[in-house]
Amino acid sequence: MGFQIFFQLTITGLAWGSVYACIALGFVLIFKSTDIFNFAQPELMMLGAYMAFTLITMLRLPFVLGFFLALILMALIAAVVEMMVIRPMVGEPVLAVIMVTLGLANVLRGMTGLIWGYEELQLPTPFPSDPIMLFGAAINQAEIYTILATAVLLVIFFLFFKYSQAGISMRAAAEDTKTAFLMGINVKRVFTGSWVIASLVATIAGVFLASFTFLEPIMGHTGLKALPAIILGGLDSIHGAVIGGLIIGVAENLAGFYLEDYLGSGINEITAYVIVLIVMMIRPYGLFGTKEIERV
Amino acid sequence: MAVTRFCTRSYRQDLRVFPSPAAKILLVLGGLFLLCLPFMAGRYVVFVLCVCGVSVIGALGLNILTGYTGLISLGHAAFMGIGAYTAAVGAAKAGLPFLAALPLAGIVAAAAGAVVGVPTLRLKGLYLVVTTLAFQFIVEHVIYHWESLTQSDRGISLPPAEIFGLKLDTYESFYYVIVILAVATALFTKNLAMSRTGRALVAVRDRDIAAEIIGIHLAKYKILAFVVSSFIAGVAGALYAYLLGLIGPDHFTFNQSVLYIAMIIVGGMGTVLGSIIGALFMVLLPEVINAVSGPLASAYPILAPRIGGISVTVYGLVIILFLLLEPNGLFGIWIRIKRYWKPWPFTY
Repeated sequence: MGFQIFFQLTITGLAWGSVYACIALGFVLIFKSTDIFNFAQPELMMLGAYMAFTLITMLRLPFVLGFFLALILMALIAAVVEMMVIRPMVGEPVLAVIMVTLGLANVLRGMTGLIWGYEELQLPTPFPSDPIMLFGAAINQAEIYTILATAVLLVIFFLFFKYSQAGISMRAAAEDTKTAFLMGINVKRVFTGSWVIASLVATIAGVFLASFTFLEPIMGHTGLKALPAIILGGLDSIHGAVIGGLIIGVAENLAGFYLEDYLGSGINEITAYVIVLIVMMIRPYGLFGTKEIERV
Repeated sequence: MAVTRFCTRSYRQDLRVFPSPAAKILLVLGGLFLLCLPFMAGRYVVFVLCVCGVSVIGALGLNILTGYTGLISLGHAAFMGIGAYTAAVGAAKAGLPFLAALPLAGIVAAAAGAVVGVPTLRLKGLYLVVTTLAFQFIVEHVIYHWESLTQSDRGISLPPAEIFGLKLDTYESFYYVIVILAVATALFTKNLAMSRTGRALVAVRDRDIAAEIIGIHLAKYKILAFVVSSFIAGVAGALYAYLLGLIGPDHFTFNQSVLYIAMIIVGGMGTVLGSIIGALFMVLLPEVINAVSGPLASAYPILAPRIGGISVTVYGLVIILFLLLEPNGLFGIWIRIKRYWKPWPFTY
């Protein structure tokens, strides 16, 4: 019995962790190519999920079609936001950049509240609702699909960055923006591209998250837990973001169950932040981040 | 992002707290105006002014940490919360008088600041931001879940403040306490900024390694900035608790922390006047929005449950527009206006 609960919690944790990993991926992507830390990433996730919700329930589109249309819409929104708000901030001090994205997060959250209201909404999911039995543990199918989809997504990402022209130019722009310019890479397009891709990943994360929870305008707070994931993995490491996300998803689920008796209910909500505090004490640049050496 | 002061002709002039006699006169007049305000305004206006005063104190505290020292903190509301709950628990459970609860709130918050300050010695930029964010969420969680101490979301009610037998149970009387403390904090911050310590803090902000090489003890000054800033935040939190008379966990959330950063950015980073104007602006903004959106909600009842979205959106827009168009904040606009008029009516 003990093992089954543990197994079930781990799978749920991995599913949540996959969602965190997707959001974290968007963060790292934008950070790597534009040096901008995008606090609005969780809100992009939320907006994507709401878009999908509107297309599927209000326009009565089939799930897959609605999902793809939501992806396209979000890509457009992200491109516009990047060009209007973010591009002027490239190269500005850290605080200014952070605050612009925090302001953006506020705008997106406020607009969502205005348009869709503050009630909880249920996104219809295409996944069967009856749990399947695995090693004697009942597992929600949506969770399994989330894990699988994230895994596929990560492989695609890996291949994209390793082999495609666009992926290589993104890495180049991240490495050294000026040299990338000199090599004839269209850095502006790379910047927009990274926002578009980040918004796509965010939308996917949002739809999956909404399929095993529900939609509400404060969903972004769940998404903020991707921050500890990135910091844990190291800000500039893509595989670090993924591993960080999974660690945090699993840890908070296990902590929520096993430590509840000792530390009170709701301990799962801050497990991520406690972990990140401890890691920061030991390794101030995360588990896989590059250690920066500064010269004056 | 910091705005430099006007050109000065001597060190002595540069070291003066108030640059000109005109400024002194203006300040005295402004002070008199502040003292007379409660007699002219209604109860609600005085309450809003009290909130402004508390926010000014809080913003000045954050300005020392973020504006002068360059350590970005997304956990300012957490420090205020620690101060507020120290005062509330002290006053409600231990019967602590106001004059003891206030400094105690500051000291407890400062101790927390010292603890958070230690890891920051190794962290920089975004890693620090997320660490303070983590601290913010952990404090929020503790406030919410440590029910035996904080009574969770039912909140703690405080007895009205009392100074030497004088009961301050109206907003008007408490207003004076807040104004005096706000002015004191502003003067303290201004003097701190001009002292060796303040200059050391600015040096840490501008280039910390270079600062260390010229003999500034990095660890000492970074922790000092955290301690002073969170002491002020704790006092502001305690004042807020006494002002409201009832505090709950939602007064000190992550959004509040963002709001405080917005204040010092909108006002102008690293300036005392900027923090003051910024705090006033960000507190009065929702009042204006409510004045507009209230009638809107009654005209279109379908909007009523969603109207909260407007203020959130406007907040965000204000932050974005300031950063894009006026990175030096309201203080920068003020300086430009002054510069424009200085040689008037000649163009040069």
